[in-house]
Amino acid sequence: MTMTEAAAAPSPPLWRRLLGFNLLTAIVLGVGGWYIGWYGAHKIVAPSLDYFGDIDYNELSVYFAYIGGVLGFLVGLGFLNYPVRRLLGYPPSLREKETAGWTRYFGLCTDHKVVGIQYLWGIGLFFFIGGLNAMLIRTELLSPHHQAFPAGTYLTIVGIHGTMMMGIMTSGILGPFANYLIPIMIGARRMAFPRIEALTFWLLMAAGAVLTTTVFFGGFPTGWTGYAPLATESNPGLDNYVIFFALVGLSMTLLGLNMIATILTMRAPGLTWTRLPIFVWGVLSTAVLMVLAAPVLIATLGMVALDRTAQTTFFIPAAGGSNYLYENLFWIFGHPEVYVLALPGFAIVLELLPVFARKPLWGYRLAVAGLLGVSLLSWFVWQHHLFVSGINGDLRGFYMLSTELISIPTGLTFLCGMMTLWRGNIRFTVPMLFVLAWFFNFLIGGLSGVFLSDVPSDVTTHGSFFSMAHFHYTIMGGLVFTFFAAIYYWVPKMTGWQLNERLGKIHFWSMFLFFNLTFAPLFAVGFLGQPRRTPVYPNGLQFLNDWVSISAFCLGASMLVFLFNLVWSLAFVKKPAGANPWASRSIEFQLPSPVPVHNFDRIPVFSGDPYGYGEGPIPSLVPAGSPAGRE
Amino acid sequence: MAADPAAAPGRPTDSTHHGRRVVIAWLVLSAIATPLVAIYVGPHIPPGNASVQAEGQTFDNQVMTAFVTPVLCLMAVFFGYGLILFRARRSETILDGPPIRDDPRIRLLWIVITSAMVLFLAGFGTYELLKDGAGGGQGPNPIAQPAGYRSAFQVQVVGQQWQFTYRYPSLGGMESNSLLLPANTLVELHITSLDVVHSFWAVELGLKADANPGVDNVVYVKTKKPTTFHVRCAELCGLWHGYMFNNGRVVSSAQFASWAAQEQKIYASIKPFMDKSPADGGAPYAHTYLPEPTRRAG
Repeated sequence: MTMTEAAAAPSPPLWRRLLGFNLLTAIVLGVGGWYIGWYGAHKIVAPSLDYFGDIDYNELSVYFAYIGGVLGFLVGLGFLNYPVRRLLGYPPSLREKETAGWTRYFGLCTDHKVVGIQYLWGIGLFFFIGGLNAMLIRTELLSPHHQAFPAGTYLTIVGIHGTMMMGIMTSGILGPFANYLIPIMIGARRMAFPRIEALTFWLLMAAGAVLTTTVFFGGFPTGWTGYAPLATESNPGLDNYVIFFALVGLSMTLLGLNMIATILTMRAPGLTWTRLPIFVWGVLSTAVLMVLAAPVLIATLGMVALDRTAQTTFFIPAAGGSNYLYENLFWIFGHPEVYVLALPGFAIVLELLPVFARKPLWGYRLAVAGLLGVSLLSWFVWQHHLFVSGINGDLRGFYMLSTELISIPTGLTFLCGMMTLWRGNIRFTVPMLFVLAWFFNFLIGGLSGVFLSDVPSDVTTHGSFFSMAHFHYTIMGGLVFTFFAAIYYWVPKMTGWQLNERLGKIHFWSMFLFFNLTFAPLFAVGFLGQPRRTPVYPNGLQFLNDWVSISAFCLGASMLVFLFNLVWSLAFVKKPAGANPWASRSIEFQLPSPVPVHNFDRIPVFSGDPYGYGEGPIPSLVPAGSPAGRE
Repeated sequence: MAADPAAAPGRPTDSTHHGRRVVIAWLVLSAIATPLVAIYVGPHIPPGNASVQAEGQTFDNQVMTAFVTPVLCLMAVFFGYGLILFRARRSETILDGPPIRDDPRIRLLWIVITSAMVLFLAGFGTYELLKDGAGGGQGPNPIAQPAGYRSAFQVQVVGQQWQFTYRYPSLGGMESNSLLLPANTLVELHITSLDVVHSFWAVELGLKADANPGVDNVVYVKTKKPTTFHVRCAELCGLWHGYMFNNGRVVSSAQFASWAAQEQKIYASIKPFMDKSPADGGAPYAHTYLPEPTRRAG
């Protein structure tokens, strides 16, 4: 409606274009909302000083400030326009900014492809911040005694690193790639809830800003787990942690709901369950976990916030609460959460292997069973995080069994992947190298997980660098490697420009080498008695720690190679990628690069899965003469 | 090998028994590597043999390492063989591999083998756990009790920000900042905390138990020869968490008795204040050592 008129009219001056619902307005209103919340909370607190404590840093004002800030941010982006217009009786505008130029990336946009690219850069930014914190941690650990940072600062660095990675990277693959690809893969033109899709992204960005600004409130000393009652007595920086994770949880829930609704209801004709690309199955199983796990987190953090502001005592043992309650609730969320991180990686591995092995995906139904099996079992294992906590000891046998049972569906993923490679025609492209590295990393991560799942062995390794090395092998080796595989594989499709192959290979080999040199020695460090999150350690472990630190710096440098490649290839070289650079049979590669705004001129009709390598030419997606949407 | 474009789309099929080769290579490699790993690597995995529990964990680690060795061998053989033999040769066109989509025999075999391994490991771990508690904290009502636990020597470990205090109920409630244990004795440790969650980790003894405020977390250890060990806090407990460590010693019974007598003398001078209630001018923390480690039903 008005959008087409505006596009036709001569472009208004720059100052006029800056006024409106965009990122600039959002930041201004966000800061304004922050101060309104801060001021309002002080007005509430001031008359009852004795009750709320120190006026300068009362917790309530931190919560109100950030809630006000986030609301202002969302209003500035224009998230209220649609409901307000509907309330006032105006005709609805279904789409936002779907035809404009580069400015659509800096505001509320309902084009799923724009949201995907927004996610990619937004997540990249916070991944970079989290990674820098890892570098600082390794700087501190260069020496067993000498302190690079004050103790509180060090714990804040550890906390920001862990929380940023576990929070933001939860959407690491579902954010950029599922949002971009799911509608295309299922033959739709949009997600089920495009406005909610945009909301999940901007909530995540607001969350990242909240966590980063914890440094202005003294940071927080609890790490990403935020165990009570330490959390209850921490400085106001912990409120940032609470708000961050609650916003991430909200974003995850909405993202998951949107994915489920889209996949269940918007598949094109002919796209039966056994013809879905395996990536869609991976996204579906992940989305189910997100929708069920994240609300537990939000509720738990609500209780933490009440403990800290309204003097409730859910988690304070001295006043009748229970720290076990927190630990249970946190890990009921926390263990499905780590599979939210791992499962999209499985899906990308299985999606890319057929393309580069030139063979159909082996055991499609088995692969689906593997993904769903992991998704289901991940609900029954959370107390393995509490094996030595003194919580009900009788159940440890059960949790040991349930944890080890997860290796069966995970093994199915391995089997399907390996049998897809078998007798294939394997091309070692950059995405394929990252996929093959997944097998190595996840094998090490999984086998070390067997030690942690076994109670007698876990007694020594629990809470040590062994477990830290284990989850870096599974999450960094499992998620981040496949994240990069997905970037090298799909960014040419998303942008229309190739990434440099040689720089990609340098990136891969340096990252793979230094990743292993960094985390493999940490298994030994953990066994030898170094607990996590400590700035000091025995003198005898200095050699290993220095080795790890130097490797970690090189690992960080390998990311700069990637960054250089990205900027160089996309901003300067701009070599066209063509529609199908990998000779893939997947539907997104049958469309032009970048994909046009409304994806398909006619809704495709599917007659098979996208893995028919060696089974003849790709069947036409829109059969000639048949009306769109009918077979 | 230059491919003939006319021969596309499929790659020429070869009749080599690749599968048989991989399986034989795997079996041979596993048969060699597994005993080597079990015998030469396994016994050196920490925590070592400073206590019966640590020894049990080391045995556990040894068995599991022996178990994962064939898995690693399979992956090494499979990927070493597959990535070299099935790599794409230089050619103008991209050739497709054979369209194999499933094989019920492999499927069944894989599921049966992984399930059997998992069930064995879970059963083995449960057996090892129930034998003597494996050095892990079991909460107030331990189910895995080693033989003779009723006559075990009791020590209470009290965590607070940021140190551990050790209390010996059988020595008149004597308290010390250093943990000494008599050799060749079954010790029943009761771990608790005064403030936040800590975790008592006696590294070489193979003990770990979270210290929760208001909770009595019991852990058993059967000491062996005199030795020294490190104690660290293994759960993030605030600002100086990293500095919450000290050393402990396992000593002979005679040495332990003389040390205890000396400590008791020091402790006697402050004991009167400890026993008073805070209202009468006593130290406030003296009465917060709850729960008292009393014997509970198993």
